[in-house]
Amino acid sequence: MSKRLIYLLPLGIFLILAVYFAVGLTKDPRKLPSTLINREVPAFDLPAIQGFDRGFSSQDLMGQVTLVNIFGSWCVACLAEHPFLMELKKNNVIPIYGIDWREKTDGAATQWLERHGNPYTLVGDDRDSRVSIDFGVTGAPESFIVDKKGIVRYKHIGPIYPETWRDTLFPIVEELRKE
Amino acid sequence: MTVEIGHYALVLALFVSILQGTVPLIGAARGQHRWMAVAAPASWAQLFTVSVAFAALTVAYVGSDFSVLNVVKNSHTTKPLLYKISGVWGNHEGSMLLWVLILAIFGSAVSLFGRNLPEGLKARVLSVQGLIAVGFLLFILFTSNPFERVFPPPPDGQSLNPLLQDPGLAFHPPFLYLGYVGFSMAFSFAIAALLEGRVDPAWARWVRPWTLAAWSFLTVGIVLGSWWAYYELGWGGWWFWDPVENASFMPWLAGTALLHSAIVAEKRDALKAWTVFLAIVAFSLSLLGTFLVRSGVLTSVHAFATDPQRGVFILILLIIAIGGSFALFAWRGPAIKAGGMFKPVSREGSLLLNNLLMTTATAVVLLGTLYPLFIDALDLGKVSVGAPFFNAAFIPIMIPLVLAMAVGPYLSWKRADLFPALLKLKFVFIASLAAGAMTFSMKEGASVLASFGIFMAVWLGAGTVWEFANRIKLFRASLGESLKRMVRMPRSMWGMSFTHFGLAVAIVGMIGAEAWKVESIQMMKPGETVTVAGWDYTFEGARDVAGPNYAALRASFTVRRTGEDEIFVTLRPEKRVYTVSQRPTTEAAIHTTWLGDLYAVIGDPSEEIKGAFVTRLYFNPLVVWMWVGASIMVFGGLVSLTDRRHRVGAPKRKSGAVPAAAPAE
Repeated sequence: MSKRLIYLLPLGIFLILAVYFAVGLTKDPRKLPSTLINREVPAFDLPAIQGFDRGFSSQDLMGQVTLVNIFGSWCVACLAEHPFLMELKKNNVIPIYGIDWREKTDGAATQWLERHGNPYTLVGDDRDSRVSIDFGVTGAPESFIVDKKGIVRYKHIGPIYPETWRDTLFPIVEELRKE
Repeated sequence: MTVEIGHYALVLALFVSILQGTVPLIGAARGQHRWMAVAAPASWAQLFTVSVAFAALTVAYVGSDFSVLNVVKNSHTTKPLLYKISGVWGNHEGSMLLWVLILAIFGSAVSLFGRNLPEGLKARVLSVQGLIAVGFLLFILFTSNPFERVFPPPPDGQSLNPLLQDPGLAFHPPFLYLGYVGFSMAFSFAIAALLEGRVDPAWARWVRPWTLAAWSFLTVGIVLGSWWAYYELGWGGWWFWDPVENASFMPWLAGTALLHSAIVAEKRDALKAWTVFLAIVAFSLSLLGTFLVRSGVLTSVHAFATDPQRGVFILILLIIAIGGSFALFAWRGPAIKAGGMFKPVSREGSLLLNNLLMTTATAVVLLGTLYPLFIDALDLGKVSVGAPFFNAAFIPIMIPLVLAMAVGPYLSWKRADLFPALLKLKFVFIASLAAGAMTFSMKEGASVLASFGIFMAVWLGAGTVWEFANRIKLFRASLGESLKRMVRMPRSMWGMSFTHFGLAVAIVGMIGAEAWKVESIQMMKPGETVTVAGWDYTFEGARDVAGPNYAALRASFTVRRTGEDEIFVTLRPEKRVYTVSQRPTTEAAIHTTWLGDLYAVIGDPSEEIKGAFVTRLYFNPLVVWMWVGASIMVFGGLVSLTDRRHRVGAPKRKSGAVPAAAPAE
C-alpha cells in the first residue's frame, strides 16, 4: 500500500502546482503594489553602508521636506544624475537621503561615493530590496519627495536633470514647504 | 496564396495527428496490425504538412508579405535576410510552429530508425507523439495562429525586437526546442512502456540515444543563450537565474539525471520505474518551461508573448499531459518489477547519487522559480527570488555532485569498495590540493571559495583524465597495448570522459568569471586612460556610424598592457538605436584571450563635458573556458551517441528483445 502511495506522490505534487498556476493566471505579475503617493512612507530602519556611522530610518524623514533617492554603484543612469545631486547638496537646496539598492559587494557604494562625491545627508543599505519594494521602486535611479509629515508626495522615475528639477520637482518642494 | 496553403496544411496536420494519436494506440491495445501500421505513414504525413506550413510562413517573411499580421509585427523590409528568416521563430506564433515542426521531425525519425522496434511499442510511441502534436496544433490554431491576415496591409512592418537581431540568438531557440522536444521522445517511450506494462533493458537502450541527442541540443541552446546574454546585455554577466533561463535549465538537470539512470536501467535492469519517472519529469519540465515563458504567470525580462488566454489553454494542456502521465505512472508504475540488486557503494549507487542530487537541484530551481507565484497566489505580496537564493541553495548541491563525479567511474557494478577507489585517486587529490593552495596564495583575489572551486575543477578534470589513462593502462602496459585499448574503448566511455572533463573546464571558467571579475565604471574624456586589471584602456572618442537598419554610436578604445607602448588591441563597442522600433541596444566589444576577456561598453554622453561618455570596462577572467568546456560536453554527448550499440544490433537478450534502434544522427 505504501508503495502505491509513493507512486501517487508525483501526481499529487503536480496537482497542487496546477492549482497555483490556475490562481497565478488570474493575477497580473506586472502590476506592482500601488506606489505610495499621498501615503505615509513605509516604516523602515536601514543599516549603514560600509565605512559610515549610521544608516537612516523613516523617523529621520520627519519634520522637513526631503528627497529620497534610490541609487546603486552598479547603476549607470545614477551616475548621470550624480553631478546635479552634488550641486543640490553644495547649495543646500534640500536634504537628500540615499537608499543604496541591490548592492552586491561590501564597500562598493562607499567607494563610489568617495570617487564621485557624496550628495546624501544619510545613506542606508538596502541590498535585499526590502525597503525599495515597499516604496514601489521599479528601477534606479528613482526619487521620492516626502513632506514634513513623512508622506510621499511625488515619485520621479529616472535621473534628475537640471530641467526636470527646475520645472517639476522644485515647484512641488516649494509648495510643500509652505504647508 | 502561399499563406492560405500554409494555413490549410496546418489544419490538415491537426487531422493527421488526431489519426496518428488514436488509431495505432487502439490497434496496439487490440493487437490489430493494420491499425498499428497507420503510425509510420501518419508520422510522414505530419512531417510533410507541418513542413509546408513552416515553409509558407518563411516565404511570407522572406518576401515581407505585410498582409500577414505576424510578419507585420515582427519583420521589416530593411532587416537583413538572416533575421528575416530567424524572425519566423523570433516571435510567439512562429516559435510554436517551429516546436511542432521539430516534433514532427522527431516523430518521423522514429519511423525511419525504428524499423526494428517491436510493433506495439513503435505504434504506441508514435501515437503518444501524435497526441502531443494534437495539443500543440490546437493551441496554435485557436490561440496563436501565425497565418492571420491584416487588412489593409500596412506599408511596412514593426520589425523584430533588436535585442533578438543577433547571430547567437537566431539559433538559440531552434536548439532549445530541439532539446525540449527531444525529451518528448523519452516521454513517449515512457508512456508507451507504462501502457505495455513492460520496461526492460532493451527499452532503456532505445530511450538513451534520444535522450542523449536532446541533452546535447539543449546544452547547445542554453550555452548560446548564456553567450548571448554575456555579450549583448552588456553587463558582463552570463547567467542571471532569470525564470526563462531556469525554464531551460530545469529540463537540462532532469535530462542529465535521466541519461545516468538510463545507463543503470540498460546495464543492470535496475532503477526502471525511476527512469520512467525521470523521462516524464524531463518532458514535463520542458512543457512547463514553455508554459512559464508564454503564459505570463511569471514576469521575466524576456517573456515576449504573454497572454492569459493562452495561459489557460496551456494550463489545460499541461494538466492533461503531465497530470495524465503521472496518473498513468501511479496506476501502472507499481507493476514495474525491480531488477538487479546492488550495494550502496557501487557504480549503480554512484549513478543513483547523481540522480538524487540532480533531482534535488531541479527541485530547488523549480521552487525558486515558482516561489513568487506561490506567494502571489496566496496574496502574501509580490516577491522576487534572485541569484542569492539560487547560489546559496544550488551550489552546495553541486559540490558533492562534482566530488563524487570523479570517483563514480572507478567503482564497479553491483558492489565496490570505496577505499581502493579513493586510493587510486591519491595523486589527483594531491594535484587538486596543490591547485587550490596555489589559488589561495595568489597575490590578488585569493578567496576560500574560489580556491575550493579550483580544487574541485582540478579534482574532476584530473580525476577524469586519470581514469581514462587507467582504463587504457597508459604507462602500465606497452604503448601499443594502450592504443589498442583506446581504439576498442566503447564510444560511450569516450563520451563520458569528454563530458566530465568538459564540465571541469567549464567550472574553471565559472569560478574565474565570478570570483575575479574586475569592473570599472566612469566618465571618460577622449584621450583619457583608465587601467583595469593590468590593461590600459585609452578612450579615443566616439562617432556616429550607420548600419543597415540602425544608427550607431561607435566608440574606440586602444588597449595596451600597462607599461607597454605597443597597442594590444582596439575595442570598438557600439550603442545602437534601431530605426524602426527606436529601441537602443548595447554592443559590447570583446577581445578574448585564454586568461580572460577584455570587455568594453559605451554608455551615455556627458551632460556637461562635450565628447565625454560614461564607459564600462571589464576584465572577465577565464570566460572562454566556459564556452570551450560546454563545447567539449556537447562533443562528448555526440561521441556517445555514435556508440556501437546504438548503431548496430545489440546482442539478443533472453527477453527476446529485437536489435536496437539507430540514433537520430
